[in-house]
Amino acid sequence: MMDGTEQGVIEVQHISKNYGRVTAVDDVSFRVERGEILGFLGPNGAGKTTTMRILTGYMPPTEGRAVVAGFDVFDKPLEAKRRTGYLPETPPLYPDMTVREYLDFVGKIKGVPPRERKARVQTVMERTRVADMADRHCSKLSKGYRQRVGLAQALIHNPEVLILDEPTAGLDPKQIIETRDLIRGLAGDHTIVLSTHILPEVAQTCQRVVIINKGRVVAVDTPDNLTARLKGAATMYVQVDAGGADAAAALAAIPGVKRVASADGRAPQPGDASFASGNERASEPADPDRQNAGQPATLPSHASSEMSRLSPAAFEVESEPDVDVRRELARAVVNRGWGLLELRPVRMSLEDVFLQVTTEEHPEEAPRA
Amino acid sequence: MRNMLAIADKELRSYFASPIGYIMIGLFSLLFGWFFYVYLMAFNQQSQQMMQFGGGGGGANINQMMIRGLFQNTAVIILFVMPMITMRTYSEEKRSGTIELLLTSPVTDLQIILGKFFGALALYAAMLLVTMIYMAMLFKISNPEWRPIAAGYLGLLLMGGCFLSTGLFISSLTKNQIVAGFLTFATFLMLWIVNWIGESSSPTTRAVVSYLSITEHFDDFARGIIDTKHALYYLSFITFGLFLTAKSVDSERWRG
Repeated sequence: MMDGTEQGVIEVQHISKNYGRVTAVDDVSFRVERGEILGFLGPNGAGKTTTMRILTGYMPPTEGRAVVAGFDVFDKPLEAKRRTGYLPETPPLYPDMTVREYLDFVGKIKGVPPRERKARVQTVMERTRVADMADRHCSKLSKGYRQRVGLAQALIHNPEVLILDEPTAGLDPKQIIETRDLIRGLAGDHTIVLSTHILPEVAQTCQRVVIINKGRVVAVDTPDNLTARLKGAATMYVQVDAGGADAAAALAAIPGVKRVASADGRAPQPGDASFASGNERASEPADPDRQNAGQPATLPSHASSEMSRLSPAAFEVESEPDVDVRRELARAVVNRGWGLLELRPVRMSLEDVFLQVTTEEHPEEAPRA
Repeated sequence: MRNMLAIADKELRSYFASPIGYIMIGLFSLLFGWFFYVYLMAFNQQSQQMMQFGGGGGGANINQMMIRGLFQNTAVIILFVMPMITMRTYSEEKRSGTIELLLTSPVTDLQIILGKFFGALALYAAMLLVTMIYMAMLFKISNPEWRPIAAGYLGLLLMGGCFLSTGLFISSLTKNQIVAGFLTFATFLMLWIVNWIGESSSPTTRAVVSYLSITEHFDDFARGIIDTKHALYYLSFITFGLFLTAKSVDSERWRG
């Protein structure tokens, strides 16, 4: 504890983990300060779960050391574990137990004193809003409840450190929002590391982000700083009711506009965007960036012959940084007698940062095109 | 100690939360009852014959003639039913991911292993306890000696402990309950029949092989003799099984 106050609550120093010849985690280092929420972001198979398992003392690293709450997880595993709450990827529930029995059992093995246990179980059940299912068997719970009981389990001994492996996986949108609020509410009292591959989640919950890819840390920063890297690319989504080369050319002629790309291929209809993405991200608010990410690189005006048939036409207009072209865009459209149906900024999101740093060879040097 | 008890308690409850605990107890007492009946009838017949043909004297010895055989058969029943107790202990935790909860809690591997072992042993003890109803009936209709019976039960408990520690080890090797169950059963069978090879080979081989055979050591217990040699064999067997389990859990950790 003594040095726990001077160091970060979690210190990860050059840890590597090999499974046979496969390197799952390669020389990862980071630290987490007291009361902070750190997002651990990476594609599937990047080594997030392995890192978390090392932090929780589930498995030792092949190399390096990890200190949690002032205790080396390998040399003093019991001390470190006593101060760590862990929600694994699949909530570790015993199907035959009721929620209350289960939390009571976890309380026992986590060292909650017998006198306090009952009250503690009640507190965490209320905090995670599972109290209404207290006497239901874990096997009968819905996915959302399982996840929350998993969270309750991690909180039962009021640990200093919380390690949450994809805490919102499989929840519906309402539950995701509730869970995020809950997690945010826990910060301060607890130091939290959470992993996810859902980007908006990081932006909304975390103060700092570690992006990991193929076992290596590729970026560590605040979500704002990471998105700021993309400042070079302010993009507007413009929809006009007169299509064609004219419109594209007119927009491209505005000073400050770098590029005009057709956004028609998958014209974003607000509302159906979430259907298009289909998977768990359907729960995210309709997110124009996704279309943007999937778009073939910019098509300058030569592609516009095809657009001429389409009416109305939508464009993505990329401008110089720090130049607000909205006024000029609107004027250019209206002056030509066209109708301006929609004009809104397409914010570059963490997703772009993520794709950038996880696909580029040298993310630090690469200037944003 | 408290952690170990917490885990043992959880294990024992889990047997009774699913039908498995009831099935085990029911099945075991049914089989035991069947053998009990068969041996009792046989004994009855024999003792009548002995009375007819003038054995007279103290009559037939129920401990030697009935209970010994009954215990030996019980040993065989145990061999068949034990894999069902142990096959899920570790496999199920690995499959469902609850092993992550146990291994990231402030409990030692040893506490987990002993907790699981004693949880299973408690179920087994409950199975044996139910068979004592039959023994009580025997005391009602006859007058057997209780000490040899107690020795027999002690032997059953120790031998069962060996099966349980072996089963625990095998269960810690795989995520698949069926594989664990089958391997455990095959191993038990080997430990039982290993002395058959001994019968037709040289005296040295026979001595070694019969020392290895789990059931061979039970014979004295069935007769009502508590020999420290056999008790020690069982205890070291149990310790060895638990040691292997500990190694298996630990190596799993490193391999990930």
